Amino acid sequence: MRLAFILAEIGSGLRRNLSMVVSVILVTFVSLTFVGAAGMLQLQINQMKGYWYDKVQVAVFLCSDGSTAPGCATGPATPEQQQNLRKLLQSPAVAQYVNDFQFESKDEAYKHFKEQFSNSPIVDSVTPDQLPASFRINLKDPEKYEVISENFSSQAGVESVIDQRQLLERLFSAMNAASLVAVSVAGVMIVCAILLIATTIRLSAFSRRRETGIMRLVGASKMVIQLPFILEGVIAAVIGAALASGTLWAVAHFFLGEFLSKQYPDTAFISPAQTLILAPALIGLGVLLAGTSSLLTLRRYLKV
Amino acid sequence: MIRFENVTKVYDQKARPALDSINLEIDRGEFAFLVGASGSGKSTFLRLVLKEDRASSGAVYVAGQNVANISSWRVPRLRRGIGVVFQDFRLLPQKTVFANVAFAMQVIGKSRSVIRDTVPEVLKTVGLEGKENRLPHELSGGEQQRVAIARAVVNRPGILLADEPTGNLDPTTSMGIMGVLDKINQNGTTVVMATHDDDIVNEMRKRVVELRNGVIIRDEAKALYTSMMPVVGHSRRLRDASGREPSDVGAASGEAQPAGEGKL
Repeated sequence: MRLAFILAEIGSGLRRNLSMVVSVILVTFVSLTFVGAAGMLQLQINQMKGYWYDKVQVAVFLCSDGSTAPGCATGPATPEQQQNLRKLLQSPAVAQYVNDFQFESKDEAYKHFKEQFSNSPIVDSVTPDQLPASFRINLKDPEKYEVISENFSSQAGVESVIDQRQLLERLFSAMNAASLVAVSVAGVMIVCAILLIATTIRLSAFSRRRETGIMRLVGASKMVIQLPFILEGVIAAVIGAALASGTLWAVAHFFLGEFLSKQYPDTAFISPAQTLILAPALIGLGVLLAGTSSLLTLRRYLKV
Repeated sequence: MIRFENVTKVYDQKARPALDSINLEIDRGEFAFLVGASGSGKSTFLRLVLKEDRASSGAVYVAGQNVANISSWRVPRLRRGIGVVFQDFRLLPQKTVFANVAFAMQVIGKSRSVIRDTVPEVLKTVGLEGKENRLPHELSGGEQQRVAIARAVVNRPGILLADEPTGNLDPTTSMGIMGVLDKINQNGTTVVMATHDDDIVNEMRKRVVELRNGVIIRDEAKALYTSMMPVVGHSRRLRDASGREPSDVGAASGEAQPAGEGKL
């Protein structure tokens, strides 16, 4: 009974204050979309880092079937060549720069590739044979990439030596800057949302002061009096958060999935499903915002 | 049922207290009028009973409990035991008569079936059967006040506070309202009514507590609106406790007729 009553109160409050409620929904929608965009950029960065990025700096790719590099004139790297490279890595001249290294076989490479490109259609057309085996090297000093490059580029059976970091670092710093901008805009919008929710609750409390006055007099508990107001704000914020989540999903699906991934098929993009892990966070944030700001407002404007 | 022990209420340190060392006891089942000019402390008295305000000093007991010791989250329980009626009715204009009365039960979580049984019964007590589905603006002032009374007593409070309930009504309608309040009192509810209406007080012949400038200057059983002695000073009034013929009632009560007081 009390629940039905509270729900009815919420309904009438939302209807009476419709324009304010709509503006709360829109403001939370925009602010949480920016928060979500920052989250999405970070997800995308993680996706592009792949399996090795945080573990090693340099990759020495061995020749495989289709290699055209000059060092691969003799065809795919033989086990002896592989053994030689391993020896070279362990030799004092090189070992002093190397922290440790790992060998990634074609099968392992295929496994990691599948993980990283799970959202991309090219994963189906790739077989383990097409992927090169590699030595993944963790340097003591990441700047000493040149040493490895000089020593290994000309070795037989080596297709290429790549400093993964150098390749991606610039892109990542651009993306980090973009997410910083998104977070700052989100911050301003969140302040806006908090103030707007407070104003809405205040108006709502004012337009229902007769009801709340009578509720007080007949001994309604604080919860019964305040809960409808708080839930009004929370419901509006949750709708805004849901819209924001939907927008992020749509961006991942239509922009990344349908457009960018076709433009850049060799880049790993996040899947639309991955953006949905942001949804609970956004909704939680919306509830927190609305809940606290309406609680604080009620403490001032709705005496119980 | 209501006991004031040395209660003083000061709103503004520089002005005189709204209530000044009041001692008063109203028993269970009693019907008491609270009379006095505007600013004499009637509304403050009622606010203290409801714990809308705290007494500056002294103790207010309601149903044997010192209200100062009731924690804020238990104040609603105190208020459930007290019904309140106002001069301006305070009905919800968009709700029907039934819904207005039911509202008081809904907000404290009474079940739908209890509400369905109780509300018509209470509406019958106040003489409004058959008008359940009217809206407040479709009722006369007297009928609206009956709805307000029904709402105040629907949760069966032990105390009914009425702050000038007849202030907006004509004399005939007022007597009807008094009939309702009397009936509620007969059922065992303690009634405290603040009023300026001398006719009503004289007609009812109940206990009268008169306040002036925050001090009780008269407390008589079965009394009239004013005491019988010609008004000279209030020391004379205090001494006079007899019930002579109300020859000078009309003249003396002229001073005590400002309208529109009664904000609680």
